[in-house]
Amino acid sequence: MTRVILALAVLILGSTGGEIAITRGMKSIGEPARLRPRALLQFLGRAVRNGWLWAGVPLMALSFYSLLVLLSWEPISFVIPASALSYVVGTLGAKYLLGEQVSPARWAGVILVCAGVALVAVG
Amino acid sequence: MTSERRLRIKTLFMVLAMVVCANAGDLLLKRGMSQIGAVQFTGSGIAHAFELTVTNGTIWTGIFFLTGFMLSYMTVLSWADYSYVMPAGAFGYALLTLLAVLFLHETVSARRWVGVVLICVGVLLVGQTKPRTTPAPSEGIA
Repeated sequence: MTRVILALAVLILGSTGGEIAITRGMKSIGEPARLRPRALLQFLGRAVRNGWLWAGVPLMALSFYSLLVLLSWEPISFVIPASALSYVVGTLGAKYLLGEQVSPARWAGVILVCAGVALVAVG
Repeated sequence: MTSERRLRIKTLFMVLAMVVCANAGDLLLKRGMSQIGAVQFTGSGIAHAFELTVTNGTIWTGIFFLTGFMLSYMTVLSWADYSYVMPAGAFGYALLTLLAVLFLHETVSARRWVGVVLICVGVLLVGQTKPRTTPAPSEGIA
């Protein structure tokens, strides 16, 4: 039981932590000047030279590894609904680490999405 | 066109690109891996599966779409809130269920339909909030 909770924590914190690091990196390089191939390539070039991106990628890889381990212990109908908690954890991270304003409407939406993904995954 | 409206339209466009790429990528990988068959967890079994994987066109097409997903996700996060894009991306689960019913004629349980409805309402609620709530580092690009 303890190892399942631990792996679930690594799965959720790894994916949300990784995505938050990537968001911070992408916000710091700024949006592409235009959505055209040339501007997008320059944008991508700035992205791969950003440290936050390379902090995020190993966290996401760790999360993926944890998912594989969890799936070898527990049925998928437990693992995917449990991982839907990352919508709530990610929103908390966005609020406290990225300084995004999460309005009551956005919170309500996130909680509905979290419950909905859990139900769809149970099948 | 006002910048607020422009922001909404390009965010919607990128979220749709994310959802389409992620679903197409997953489906292609699943199809490619089932062409390969169950992987034997022995040294030679894994080596053989690896060889089949890197020579399978369906798997490469899946990887192409998943790369497209990652790039569109990174791009939209350069201007939109993480707490906006992340729940909006869950629309893919609802879409996948609809596609399974329409094209694969799968039967879907009542519980799953409730989940689909919750996701759609949740995404609509998040969608009508402001896509960006943090200040841009430098103004005047959009």
